[in-house]
Amino acid sequence: METTAFQKIYTKITQITKATCTLQASGIGYEEMATVNGRLAQVVKIQGDNVTLQIFSGTEGIPTNAEVVFMGRPPVLKVSEELSGRFFNAYGEPIDGGPDVEGEVREIGGPSVNPVRRKQPSELIATGIAGIDLNNTLVTGQKIPFFADPDQPFNQVMAMVALRAKADKIILGGMGLTNDDYLYYKNVFDNAGALDRIISFVNTTENPPVERLLVPDMALTAAEYFAFDKKETVLVLLTDMTLYADALSIVSNRMDQIPSKDSMPGSLYSDLAKIYEKAVQFPEGGSITIIAVTTLSSGDITHAIPDNTGYITEGQLFLRRDSDIGKVIVDPFRSLSRLKQLVIGKQTRKDHPQVMNAAVRLYADASNAKTKLENGFDLTDYDMRTMNFAREYSEDLLAIDVNIDTTKMLDKAWELFGKHFNKAEVGIKQEFVDLYWPA
Amino acid sequence: MEKNKLTTGKVSGIIANLVIVDVDGPVSQNEICYINLAGVKLMAEVIKVLGKKAYTQVFESTRGLKVGETVEFMGHMLEVTLGPGILSRNFDGLQNDLDKMEGTFLRRGEYTEPLNQDQEWAFTPVAKPGDVVVAGDWLGEVKENWIGHKIMVPFKFEGKFTVKSVKPAATYKASDSIAVLTDKDGREVSVTMVQKWPVKVPIKAYTDKPRPFRLMETGVRIIDTMNPIVEGGTGFVPGPFGSGKTVLQHALSKQAEADLIIVAACGERANEVVEIFTEFPELDDPRTGRKLMERTTIIANTSNMPVAAREASVYTAMTLGEYYRSMGLKVLLLADSTSRWAQALREMSNRMEELPGPDAFPMDLPAIISSFYARSGYVFLNNGSTGSITFIGTVSPAGGNLKEPVTESTKKAARCFFALSQQRADSKRYPAVDPIDSYSKYLEYPELQEYLATNISPDWLGNVLEAKNILLRGKEAYEQINILGDDGVPVDYHLRYWKSEVIDFVILQQDAFDKIDASSPIERQKDMLGKVLDVCRTSFDFESFEEVNPYFKRVINIFKQMNYSLYQSADFKKYEQELETIIKERKAA
Repeated sequence: METTAFQKIYTKITQITKATCTLQASGIGYEEMATVNGRLAQVVKIQGDNVTLQIFSGTEGIPTNAEVVFMGRPPVLKVSEELSGRFFNAYGEPIDGGPDVEGEVREIGGPSVNPVRRKQPSELIATGIAGIDLNNTLVTGQKIPFFADPDQPFNQVMAMVALRAKADKIILGGMGLTNDDYLYYKNVFDNAGALDRIISFVNTTENPPVERLLVPDMALTAAEYFAFDKKETVLVLLTDMTLYADALSIVSNRMDQIPSKDSMPGSLYSDLAKIYEKAVQFPEGGSITIIAVTTLSSGDITHAIPDNTGYITEGQLFLRRDSDIGKVIVDPFRSLSRLKQLVIGKQTRKDHPQVMNAAVRLYADASNAKTKLENGFDLTDYDMRTMNFAREYSEDLLAIDVNIDTTKMLDKAWELFGKHFNKAEVGIKQEFVDLYWPA
Repeated sequence: MEKNKLTTGKVSGIIANLVIVDVDGPVSQNEICYINLAGVKLMAEVIKVLGKKAYTQVFESTRGLKVGETVEFMGHMLEVTLGPGILSRNFDGLQNDLDKMEGTFLRRGEYTEPLNQDQEWAFTPVAKPGDVVVAGDWLGEVKENWIGHKIMVPFKFEGKFTVKSVKPAATYKASDSIAVLTDKDGREVSVTMVQKWPVKVPIKAYTDKPRPFRLMETGVRIIDTMNPIVEGGTGFVPGPFGSGKTVLQHALSKQAEADLIIVAACGERANEVVEIFTEFPELDDPRTGRKLMERTTIIANTSNMPVAAREASVYTAMTLGEYYRSMGLKVLLLADSTSRWAQALREMSNRMEELPGPDAFPMDLPAIISSFYARSGYVFLNNGSTGSITFIGTVSPAGGNLKEPVTESTKKAARCFFALSQQRADSKRYPAVDPIDSYSKYLEYPELQEYLATNISPDWLGNVLEAKNILLRGKEAYEQINILGDDGVPVDYHLRYWKSEVIDFVILQQDAFDKIDASSPIERQKDMLGKVLDVCRTSFDFESFEEVNPYFKRVINIFKQMNYSLYQSADFKKYEQELETIIKERKAA
């Protein structure tokens, strides 16, 4: 990276651990960037003259006489329209063979928005997926993760959501992405002809894990530039936040911090909140919406990472393979969008909330009927009808390959209600039944 | 702790927001200091002193801070400014007025005046020359929104004072002197409308703190009827994410029968605070007809704001509450969530390399929580009037597991336990307060029992306990049915289960998004509980279990329609009639 004339070079490292090195230096600012034999590092601790640096790519092969140069600034990103369509590594350096980006230098991980300068999120994001649009509607300025097992097709779903959502910019923050997945995203965006509105910051599994810690801040600094300065609608995709948290625990462990639950650092909640809370709707029009992926280990949501995430984000989406139809659906029970109340029945048709609840309730009845069947009890006629309803509801609405608009989803739901149930069983307000009950 | 010459120091170490300062003079624990960072002053608090080294937690990001920077110690602890003009404001955890800050992004080192010192207030004197007064006594009054904001003898004044003069009724600036007092040595002190107080020290300007005894109506049936909270009481709401903590807190802040509400948004989502200050200015307070915002004050330290100020935010909120309590007002303090506060303590304790307690929380966590809860309460002021702080905190237990340190410590301190259950939330039974696990210790207080007997009805407590018992028996019956199958148990089991379901659906469940059902006055709650118990006490005739379920679904549906109808309206009475007919259908001879 850049070195200028007359920079002081330190060559006496007094202590080296797996991730950090310590040396004597003065006039150093906290969180300042440095290079150690060309490797990027950041100041994590200062005690008197002793400055401890965290070396992102690890300390393997670092000698005690390594050349240490301090840059006098925290990590930065140059922001401008030139970012569009480009791929960068965790340090914001191009990895697509293109030229360096020129623009205004911004510190990453900057200050947060004054809560009184926020606007309540109010614009619906349409994805065409009924499991989302019908049951868990997304809103601009929202932050929501997919809670998914590693074998689930979350990257595909997320790419689909990103392309269908009418965002001005899509910013991908890839952490510990396999090279295959990275290429998958690149291809999908390329094929969709959307490359010019995509910006990617990628740390693949080939890169050192600690570098990942920079990715969300890089992605969100770019997002803030487009959302705040340019008043654009920005969608930020962060995958996979579990690997980000793992990197946090590696660092805290090497800094000899006392771990809390699941060997995660005690500050996990604040660390994650700092990222997710960048999601915002600005009164002037721009917005940042964050869709993330948190991989679970065999569906355990009580683990510290999904647990803390759930307390921070505005809902969560679960994917599940529905064995009845053999397709992946967005689970209607466990998924939740906390902000849907702000748009459903307001920006969508008035019957939306009632139809959504009725369908989920009937789907729940079907799952009870299934349990009854499995336990060897007799099924009633109603049980049979709910199970038939559930199958078609999954196939025609919940499956992620369905792509229709919300009004069509509502019509489809009414069609299924009319086919399988009587009006009392559906239990929707009379005024909507009068309007939409299929003849 | 006032010192003549202020201590200064130099930064000697930085680990995230823990900054170690070499000091040149005396410092005290919890003293406030300002650290210089290239012209910006960062506020910090001393949390440990070792020899000449003061360990401070900085309330801001320390990025770019260098060793050798200068530090000024202020000689006092973290203080809030008390005076007229606090209501309806949005403060951060350090009582900076968020609306006064410029720009969209928070800038570190930007501290704004919490009050407008030049604002003029119409003052009416209360005290007369010659009166002997002590700290907290009322000298005069100004109108803040609609409340009579008392101007008091500053809480820091020790001993007795004689009033020398009080300004006559007129309009004065907040910073104008409104009274002159003489202390026992004859020294004169002038008093303005504004005073300061350290947040970590309880304000004790009252004569007595009796056991609370007055019901505090919240309009939420599962609280008022089943697990009542009292004026000056304490309660907490633990629950996993998605179980409706925030909806319940918002319901309380909208409906609770309090003079003013202080909401401490402590380490939670910024959009939730936005919801309050977007919606509250539009919503009417059903009791006064004024806008809800007029009685609401927000202390916002959202999860992305500096962690160290999170701890301060709950104390700031409590101190503002104590200030208004000293005016004889009923204050409801809501903190969402106290777990985030505990986590802030954990982060600091960790950086100071203290030996950790359970789950790496500091060892003294239970003590910190209980002494905080102890600051609430119902009090008799010096002049015989009363005031109260009712405190309800939410707890966000890790993994939804209630056997974690914050929940357990809070359980020892708070008297009401409103446990939110994931299972109830999943089956959309809102508010998802678990009817079996939750409790209110106040129901055991003879003081409250007497109050309920006089103010609601003599048989109220008996009815409530009966309803709780029916719920418990219903749950047992349900478990039996699940094990043995629908036809493996006597019909009576189904009846027992469905009677408990009637209580569940009609009393416990409540639609927070429905205009009418959202808030239920106690008179209506009494009526509905009576009606539901009438049904539960009725013997019914059923041939087989298959008839029980559809019948009670009808009963529940009628009851729900009643809940959705205006009380005693034509609709309400129509459904009442319908209910009677349905009951007669199956009533045993």
